[in-house]
Amino acid sequence: MFRFLRDHGIIERNLILMGVLTLITVSIGGLVQIVPLFTIETTIERVEGMRPYTPLELAGRDIYVREGCYTCHSQMVRPFRDEAERYGHYSLAAESMYDRPFQWGSKRSGPDLARLGGRYSDDWHAAHLRSPRAVVPESIMPPYAFLDRPLDYSDIGAKLKAQQALGVPYTDAMVANARADLEAQARPDADAAGFSGRYAKARQAAFDGNAGTITEMDALVAYLQMLGTLVQFRDVTPEQVRQQ
Amino acid sequence: MAVAGYAGPATGHGPGRDFDMVEGPIRAFAIATIFWGVVGFLMGVLIASQLAWPLLNLDLEWTTFGRLRPVHTSAVIFAFGGNALICTSLYVVQRTCRARLFGGEDMGWFLFWGYQFFIVTAALGYVLGVTQGKEYAEPEWYVDLFLTVVWVAYLIAFGGTILRRQEPHIYVANWFYLAFIITIAMLHLVNNFALPVGGGVGKSYIVWSGVQDAMIQWWYGHNAVGFFLTAGFLGMMYYFIPKQAERPVYSYRLSIVHFWTLIFLYIWAGPHHLHYTALPDWAQTLGMVFSVMLWMPSWGGMINGLMTLSGAWDKLRTNPALRFSVTSVGFYGMSTFEGPVMSIKAVNALSHYTDWTIGHVHSGAMGWVGFVSFGAMYYLFPKLWRKTGLYSDKLVSWHFWLATLGIVFYITAMWVSGIMQGLMWRAYDELGFLQYSFVETVEAMHPYYVIRMLGGLLYLSGALIMVYNLWMTVRSSTLAEAAPAAQPGLVPAAAE
Repeated sequence: MFRFLRDHGIIERNLILMGVLTLITVSIGGLVQIVPLFTIETTIERVEGMRPYTPLELAGRDIYVREGCYTCHSQMVRPFRDEAERYGHYSLAAESMYDRPFQWGSKRSGPDLARLGGRYSDDWHAAHLRSPRAVVPESIMPPYAFLDRPLDYSDIGAKLKAQQALGVPYTDAMVANARADLEAQARPDADAAGFSGRYAKARQAAFDGNAGTITEMDALVAYLQMLGTLVQFRDVTPEQVRQQ
Repeated sequence: MAVAGYAGPATGHGPGRDFDMVEGPIRAFAIATIFWGVVGFLMGVLIASQLAWPLLNLDLEWTTFGRLRPVHTSAVIFAFGGNALICTSLYVVQRTCRARLFGGEDMGWFLFWGYQFFIVTAALGYVLGVTQGKEYAEPEWYVDLFLTVVWVAYLIAFGGTILRRQEPHIYVANWFYLAFIITIAMLHLVNNFALPVGGGVGKSYIVWSGVQDAMIQWWYGHNAVGFFLTAGFLGMMYYFIPKQAERPVYSYRLSIVHFWTLIFLYIWAGPHHLHYTALPDWAQTLGMVFSVMLWMPSWGGMINGLMTLSGAWDKLRTNPALRFSVTSVGFYGMSTFEGPVMSIKAVNALSHYTDWTIGHVHSGAMGWVGFVSFGAMYYLFPKLWRKTGLYSDKLVSWHFWLATLGIVFYITAMWVSGIMQGLMWRAYDELGFLQYSFVETVEAMHPYYVIRMLGGLLYLSGALIMVYNLWMTVRSSTLAEAAPAAQPGLVPAAAE
């Protein structure tokens, strides 16, 4: 120990040595904690039901990210009794495996949203987003009435392509039909055999209550309504969700 | 434990200097520090008010809490903190190495304008909705790339100056600055690895996803605290406290042990932000264990800073700027104790997702980072503008007490609100049902949000007093330095 302290003068006299030793010292923790998450296979549980986001849901998720919803809402239910009763089954790593970026959040100024899908009607969501206090008087959420504007989805094909390049299992057919699929999902009466074939359990609706223009509201509500709905927990066995 | 012969930072100012120090850009960084500080505090007061009175979101897309919160965090951490760090590091490295900045004035100005451009483009992006959606790493890929260029130039300027030094040893403050620059570069590059959509500007998808993205994000996020807000500011502490107290650093050995253990342990602490999430348990446990161990080097640093005042405690009465520096170390000690406590899983189960975390961050940011920077600025402004002293020591005292009171309001309100909310979430009534709906917990927090806002307002008022005081210091002609006089100063000596 004291010998090390005496020899420290060597490091103090040599910038390069000090810089390299510093870099090594600060690299170790990250390597030990991060690399195994990519190599241990059970990190992401083997559950059924996960699929990539539909183009409309993905556009909605991008709006969720754009508006910084994560600054007040988490998407990560912890394995506690009260959270199970308030929100539902605790969240699995598998449920956010296609999330870029992850939106687990760090603060609950508002409630957790990981299992929001299907809890309220589309109309409730649209009304609540337009004017939160009209629906929940005590709410402190900002109003998002401006989302009732047309959704710009000119780049939706490029978005799916980028996700595909990063390893999300979008098929070439999904990428090629991104635009058509987005439009089909936002129009309840559209013929969408192709769409439902590509995306299991995706619901078609006029999410903002108006079947005319496809708006940002449509996209965001479509996203909120699918949160936490993909994995069927009655089919999940303890073996499947055991992480190492 | 003090080792004889180990002295504080290098010689006094001005007279007798045998190199031509680059000062213009450092003055600009000092002004930017103050400017962005006020902007950051103002944004904080605004978004705190939005949580108390949601009407202040103004029904505009650019002014919602979700878009302004990153403006506040980035303004305080990267604009106020970053400018303070670059300002002081470039000053300290030149003085303690007795060497002119590598790259000279031009390098200094490139760093200055490059860094301000980074801040402005990042903030504009947030307001317009251009964000990566990763906390404290919100800037999109093109801003990240630009910052990388500026940061590499910063490393070259800093390292180049050290290579030119006329002192055999690299002074301890520079170890911390160097670790800060290197580690932030590593974190920034890995965490922001993204693929732009269709080659266009403004939207990208991060390469990592889900659980791995979460781990990488908090490896980054916690070490933005550990290396940006701690290691860098410890560099500041190791120069400015000895200078202000006119005493050498308490213990040379302690600085060595404290430096290496701090940088080794900090990097492991990230997973404590992910307790009870879908991150595998082994990673959470590692994060907890290392966070608790981190208490030791943190307090080692605190002891080294505080004990530097041995024999000079009376200066706290006469030098209000030193009061800021010393109190900052006290807050550092407090939040580096609170942090390990909160990283224990059982405690975190209650504290996570609540305002307790926000209070913890602010005792560190306002108390430690803010105060140590104020102390350094009160020291630097007269030096950089060749004045004999500050315009008013009395105003420094006013700033000190307003800011301290503000912090106390802030953190106590957040303790109460956070612990209350955590307890309300898990409360059951006698029939075994959850006692409170979520929105009842939101309603209960209102009074604490108001108190927190008032605390922020006090802190902001103190900062405005500082602006006035420093402005008058710079303008005053009566304070102008007279003919050079010999200054005893502390002569650095070789370590044993």
